[in-house]
Amino acid sequence: MIQVNNLNVCYNKHGKYTKVIEDINLTVKKGEICAIIGPSGGGKSTLLKVLAGIIIDYKGEVLIDGVAVNPKTHRIGLIPQNYGLVKWKTVEQNIFLSSKIKDGKNNIDIDFYEKLLKELKLKDFVKRFPSELSGGQMQRVSMARALLLKPNVLLMDESFSALDAMTREDVQKMFLEVWQAHKVTTILVTHDIKEAIYLAKDIAVISSSPGNIVEVINNPLFGRINSEVDLEYIHIKNKLRKILKGDRQE
Amino acid sequence: MRLKENKLVNFIIAFFIIFGLWQVIAMVINKPLFPPPYAIIINIFTTFKSDIAIHVIYSFNRIIVGLLFTLAVGVPVGIIMGYFKKVDSIFTPIIYFNYPIPKIALLPIVMLIFGLGDLTKIIMIFLITFFPVVVNIRDEVKNIPEEVFYSMYSLGATNFQIIKEIIFPGILKALLTSLRIGIGTAISVLFFTENFGTEYGMGYFIMDSWMRINYIQMYSGIVILSIIGLFFFIITDVLEGIFCPWR
Repeated sequence: MIQVNNLNVCYNKHGKYTKVIEDINLTVKKGEICAIIGPSGGGKSTLLKVLAGIIIDYKGEVLIDGVAVNPKTHRIGLIPQNYGLVKWKTVEQNIFLSSKIKDGKNNIDIDFYEKLLKELKLKDFVKRFPSELSGGQMQRVSMARALLLKPNVLLMDESFSALDAMTREDVQKMFLEVWQAHKVTTILVTHDIKEAIYLAKDIAVISSSPGNIVEVINNPLFGRINSEVDLEYIHIKNKLRKILKGDRQE
Repeated sequence: MRLKENKLVNFIIAFFIIFGLWQVIAMVINKPLFPPPYAIIINIFTTFKSDIAIHVIYSFNRIIVGLLFTLAVGVPVGIIMGYFKKVDSIFTPIIYFNYPIPKIALLPIVMLIFGLGDLTKIIMIFLITFFPVVVNIRDEVKNIPEEVFYSMYSLGATNFQIIKEIIFPGILKALLTSLRIGIGTAISVLFFTENFGTEYGMGYFIMDSWMRINYIQMYSGIVILSIIGLFFFIITDVLEGIFCPWR
């Protein structure tokens, strides 16, 4: 479970304080996916960085399973923007990297690794370097790397936005399948309404500078394919649009 | 540049072009100051073992020790400067301030402190190659995309783990590039420093041949010096093929 209580984050740039996140409260139940949707530059990535333990200078409470977030104690699977792969390591070395750092070289769960390779269809690429992969393949490698860790939480930062429409749908579908198998508590940052409706049970709308969560919507269409034709889809989409737009008019 | 990108044929063609031109010019000038290449090659083969080999060994030794010294100090300093912003802001002015100093001008001081022996030559190579290596490595570390570090931070990786797993393998390419630049500089510096306080080394050999008006011997020395350089360049290309297969 992820709990964020009264979170405030300021950036100090050239001696000037800018408030990026103001009073965010958010709860994600264990084994659920929550999407955070909002305009660019709205503090979405900042919130994710706080959850990932990258930003430690914040006010408020950020708890994972009831304990204040700490990368040393928690197992945090992060899929950053642009995948964050190390281009001088092979696919295999990239996937191993997270477990290797967390548990040591000799404690990598090879059976689980093989299983993930199969699930994410990466078997044929293990000896390649990231420069030899397509965007969708890199995305899957990044996913495998985060999942091999058996994380308490999975954090995804605009993970699908760099992919072309066709690949995106495939990878999203694959992500859902893998997620169903492992049920990791996930926070997914996106600016794509369709993606949020497809991939998340709860959708939190964040306003821009300073970031604040305006509303959390329960999404009944979670995981449903081709829901665009559904009346409910249009309804939720319009609702999200309205909240997002309303925020912009303020 | 990796070794397999350099075809052997191209080396042979280059060899023939250079020596062909040389031969033509030598025939036009027709003076002992500019002997034809075949005389030099014959001279190298006949006198290498008896006269030249010992000088090659000395020079080789100085270049290798000097460059190892540079790598041993320069690489860690470059990595630390690139990774820790605070260290960088303190060290950069110091590096930039000292980089442009003509190190050759310091030779008298270095000789005074370290004597006339090998150490002075090694220190001179170190002084000249150290700064470009540090700057090059630092910039390469800074070029690593931030996302790569984000994943590491979220894993709770220690600085040591990050340097070992991410930074060090990531800068190997830049390391070899700076080594290549270093080799070229090291050889030219060595030529100069070997004119003082030694009776061994290619620099001494070339100048000594010149003084004795033995031009064929002098040119033999110059050719050998360029072969030494070529040898080192090929080694770095081989190393790049082994350590940087991802390019």
